[in-house]
Amino acid sequence: MAWELKSDRPIYAQLVERIELMVVSGLYPPGCKLPSVRDLAAEAAVNPNTMQRAMSQLERSGLIFSQRTSGRFVTEDKEKIEEIKKSYAKEISDEYLRRMYKLGFTSAQITAFLDRTIEESEQNG
Amino acid sequence: MDNIMECRNLVKYYPGCLALNSVSLAVPKGQIVGLLGPNGSGKTTLIKLMNGLLTPTSGEILVNGMKPGVETKRIVSYLPERTYLNDWMDVKTMTDFFGDFYKDFRKDKAYEMLQRLGINPKDRLKTMSKGTKEKVQLILVMSREAELYVLDEPIGGVDPATRDYILNTIISNYSENATVIISTHLISDVEKILDGVIFINKGSIVLTSTVDDIRENEGKSVDALFREVFKC
Repeated sequence: MAWELKSDRPIYAQLVERIELMVVSGLYPPGCKLPSVRDLAAEAAVNPNTMQRAMSQLERSGLIFSQRTSGRFVTEDKEKIEEIKKSYAKEISDEYLRRMYKLGFTSAQITAFLDRTIEESEQNG
Repeated sequence: MDNIMECRNLVKYYPGCLALNSVSLAVPKGQIVGLLGPNGSGKTTLIKLMNGLLTPTSGEILVNGMKPGVETKRIVSYLPERTYLNDWMDVKTMTDFFGDFYKDFRKDKAYEMLQRLGINPKDRLKTMSKGTKEKVQLILVMSREAELYVLDEPIGGVDPATRDYILNTIISNYSENATVIISTHLISDVEKILDGVIFINKGSIVLTSTVDDIRENEGKSVDALFREVFKC
């Protein structure tokens, strides 16, 4: 199944995000070996050079590292992964708040609404 | 030699029609490049010049540093817009034919793809639908281990699911240093697999860029930009 990609943003940037999310969500755990650029490109249905560019960026940011002969691996640095996870959480929360404020809710109402929603979703399993 | 294809001030003049107007272009090795333009913009003329099927009126075109000829045909795998295969031939005969013709033809690869797309090697070209014919020809062309693949409208006649398979075949089968030039107007289907694009209109190059640069600078897809540039 090809990856869902938006058509108005650079492809490599979207690939970086996708791979970050796969690492953060534990699909590729710390120290795990990643598929080859070619295999990942085929899976995503993108150009291998674009996937290569995404990989280079992830290497620079330290989330993955490459070992000359044996391929690329996810970092063992759990703090680093946690840091990225938090930055995603922040981004999603900011977006949520922005939209709720736009709908006219106050901070107190939003907190109450969130609490209730969490309770409901726990009850429904 | 970093460019697989280069042209300098290339002009092709047909009686009463200037098909290419002083085109200068370089396509580097190892890329997948889209040659995009409206109908009658000069895409096929440029492709035919690359393959030595036409000769330039003036200017120069070089493939891997050579003028198109026997030497370049050895390294270029070309999918023409119209078939040159005889329609009494069955798939097996055509595969053998390609195997005899091209040293770099890989029969095992061809049969693997034929099987994947459910094409019977005993079927004759004559009895096939338009889409199946196109699939067979593309399989033959992609089963060569060429340095340059030139595909003139490779996905025009096939359904979206097969389109995905074909594009996948292209990205997983071309070798690291090989180059693919694809002419098409189904831009939204191909842009994910392209490195760069060349916009051509009325015989002139309008724009050359990478897909991600277009998205970054314009904030829109290549498809959207094309519709804007070539608005009727």
